[in-house]
Amino acid sequence: MHSDVLKSKRTLLLIAAGLALSFLVERSGLVSSYVLQILMYVGINIILTLSLNLVNGYMGEFSVGHAGFMAVGAYMASIVTVWVFRNSLGWLAFPVAILAGGAAAAGTSLIVAIPSFRTRGDYLAIVTLAFNMIVKSLLENIEALGGPRGFLGMNRLTNLVWVYVWCAITIYIIRNFVYSNYGRAMLSIREDEVASNLVSVNTRQTKVLVFVISAFFAGVAGALFAHLVQFINPRTFSIQKSTDILVMVYLGGIGSIFGSILGATVYTVLLELLRPLGVWRWVVGPLMLVVLMITRPTGIMGLREFLGFVPREERAERRKEGTAIAAASR
Amino acid sequence: MPLLHVEQLTHYFGGLRAVSDFNLDLHEGEVVGLIGPNGAGKTTVFNLITGVYRPTRGRIQLDGKDLVGMQSCDIVSMGIARTFQTIRLFRELSVLDNVRIGHFSQARYSVGAALFRSGPFRRQEERVRERAYELLETFNLSRYASSPAKALPYGEQRRLEIARALASNPKILLLDEPAAGMNPNEIDRLLETIAWLKDRFGLTIFLIEHQMRVVMGICERILVLDFGETIAEGTPDEIRTNPRVLEAYLGKEAS
Amino acid sequence: MAEPLLSIRDLHVSYGNIKAVRGISLDVEEGQIVTLIGANGAGKSTTLRAISGLVRPSAGSVVFRGMELSKLAPHRVVEAGIAHVPEGRGIFANLTVYENLKLATYSRKDRDRIPADEERVFALFPRLKERLSQMAGTLSGGEQQMLAVARALMTRGRIMLLDEPSMGLSPILVQEIFKVIAEINEAGTTILLVEQNANMALKVAHHGYVLQTGEIVLAGAAEDLASDPRVREAYLGG
Repeated sequence: MHSDVLKSKRTLLLIAAGLALSFLVERSGLVSSYVLQILMYVGINIILTLSLNLVNGYMGEFSVGHAGFMAVGAYMASIVTVWVFRNSLGWLAFPVAILAGGAAAAGTSLIVAIPSFRTRGDYLAIVTLAFNMIVKSLLENIEALGGPRGFLGMNRLTNLVWVYVWCAITIYIIRNFVYSNYGRAMLSIREDEVASNLVSVNTRQTKVLVFVISAFFAGVAGALFAHLVQFINPRTFSIQKSTDILVMVYLGGIGSIFGSILGATVYTVLLELLRPLGVWRWVVGPLMLVVLMITRPTGIMGLREFLGFVPREERAERRKEGTAIAAASR
Repeated sequence: MPLLHVEQLTHYFGGLRAVSDFNLDLHEGEVVGLIGPNGAGKTTVFNLITGVYRPTRGRIQLDGKDLVGMQSCDIVSMGIARTFQTIRLFRELSVLDNVRIGHFSQARYSVGAALFRSGPFRRQEERVRERAYELLETFNLSRYASSPAKALPYGEQRRLEIARALASNPKILLLDEPAAGMNPNEIDRLLETIAWLKDRFGLTIFLIEHQMRVVMGICERILVLDFGETIAEGTPDEIRTNPRVLEAYLGKEAS
Repeated sequence: MAEPLLSIRDLHVSYGNIKAVRGISLDVEEGQIVTLIGANGAGKSTTLRAISGLVRPSAGSVVFRGMELSKLAPHRVVEAGIAHVPEGRGIFANLTVYENLKLATYSRKDRDRIPADEERVFALFPRLKERLSQMAGTLSGGEQQMLAVARALMTRGRIMLLDEPSMGLSPILVQEIFKVIAEINEAGTTILLVEQNANMALKVAHHGYVLQTGEIVLAGAAEDLASDPRVREAYLGG
């Protein structure tokens, strides 16, 4: 018990240290503004990857239009800061805008989720693909939102501290979800949906719930992104963007928080390093996806988790893993 | 009043009649067997009772409440649990998680409580964990708790499936060929387990089985299905000597 | 006597750190039915899987008609003349019964003999003939088992590996399937049979091996094993 308290203190300390560090890096000028920008992209991509991992990795469905939800979040948050708050209030308005972005994306996802989860099968991929395209062309055709030219006027409200905070919130919430009754239900759907329903799991409700949470965080990422680049247009949220997120999920590893952090970091940095390749660098993502699917379809971490992301009550069992089987086979 | 009342249950697959006018009254504490040739519609009856298929016609009532049209998860939560002909465990998940998922409908906390690990969440989770461990202990599986289900030997996987089914606190347990793939010696042990389960959990059992050792050994009453129709019903002794059953199902050597 | 058709020497197979088979040696003479009996997890299915190349042995040899099999890919093993009916059937659920049977003849050279074999299979399993155009996945469990055996017959291997053919079958079909096994054998196919129904298996087999935790603990003529008190107590239910 005593050591438990110590350990949870250590976790809090670690989180606080991260916060301080992000503040320091942001303000001190220790790194160039270019590196700072990359760090923020990494953070936003972690949120996107982790949230998609929920649907594709943990639940085993195949959603391919994550950028669509990101777009909804980006536009909604921008509308809130630019039109509602008229760029006043500064920092205070930002959390409201981010939450509004997440909520809008979550609301939109209900429209996608309810019809596509009514039946069993592979409809989700097609429906989400169509959704991504519809969002993009809708935005291109709404003149009030700038149409194809895009939406601007946002202040640069996003900084490394905000990105860090939202990353931490995303990881915390998703971890809690995964290690709960609902999370286990989500995993059982991946394993065997029919059996899941027949051991009392309400699979239909669980699927909608997971999808909505996933979209919420995509919306949050979109909001952060919009207030980082200060200019968004529909093209940013194309299938290409969705594919990038898929690559990060499958690179880092399905069903793993640590995997998503790894995948998002490696891929974001890699794309930056490959900048000299010019347009050819956009071949890298799809190509990596193909190679990964063939060679290691579950990704680097593939269903494994870094112990630090496992709640303490669950950890004891993980440690024993393997020893029981070895004992049993003897 | 019977615990489970099934009346004129009929089901078509396209033009094919899989089950026709199936009737069953299951009383509390009974062990009833369902036998019949392969393809006679036995598993279909299970699927109809548990809401996997919606019957074309007929009535299914548990404690007087209609089940037709309900989702499987709700039927299971009301007290009818089952196992499967071929093992359907959540293979990649731990043995403990398999059983905890069976407790799904009993962990009563909101999504919000889960996302922020509130007090009620922790208490409920602790309770679910304790009960899951109790079940594992009962089935002598607790030493495997953290191993993935797929790593268990076959016999243990069968036991885990029953443990998972019992997690939902059923009144009625449907067993679909529990002795499949077991040798006579293992079957004898299974019989002991089933008899003991029945008493320990106050269960009513309805089972499909081809191993006469099981059916004749524990069933008080047996129904025989052939081409979706009930061709015989009676005690093991009556069934054993029924000429129609001998011809369609048991064969000469069994008598 | 001539060299055995199939000869296994000191076979070891592991799954991760679990040793499923630990040094099994056995012979299958041409024209015989040889059965492996034992409890669940004794390594019976694993032995069959090692023969047909579905798992790689960590040590030992599998020699079939003078040819080392343990390094061959599964489809080469089939071409060499080994037909495996796996536990759980492994049929193609989304193909029709007929397509499943046709696929089995894929690597056969003696095309002209296929129609006759088809007739033979339909005579054995009239139920399958009634359901030729039905998707295999919609067959009942027992019918799928029949299809799996029928498919193995269609490959016309020199030896057939049968993994629990009676699993999930009604008593009458169990009797029938063992009759079929005897018939197939009389027509010239050698059979290696894994069965939980040890009573029936020992009745139909010439020779038997008893496996326990990955090792052979008893071997002998089938009738001797059937009357051995140790076997009776452990596997035949007293």
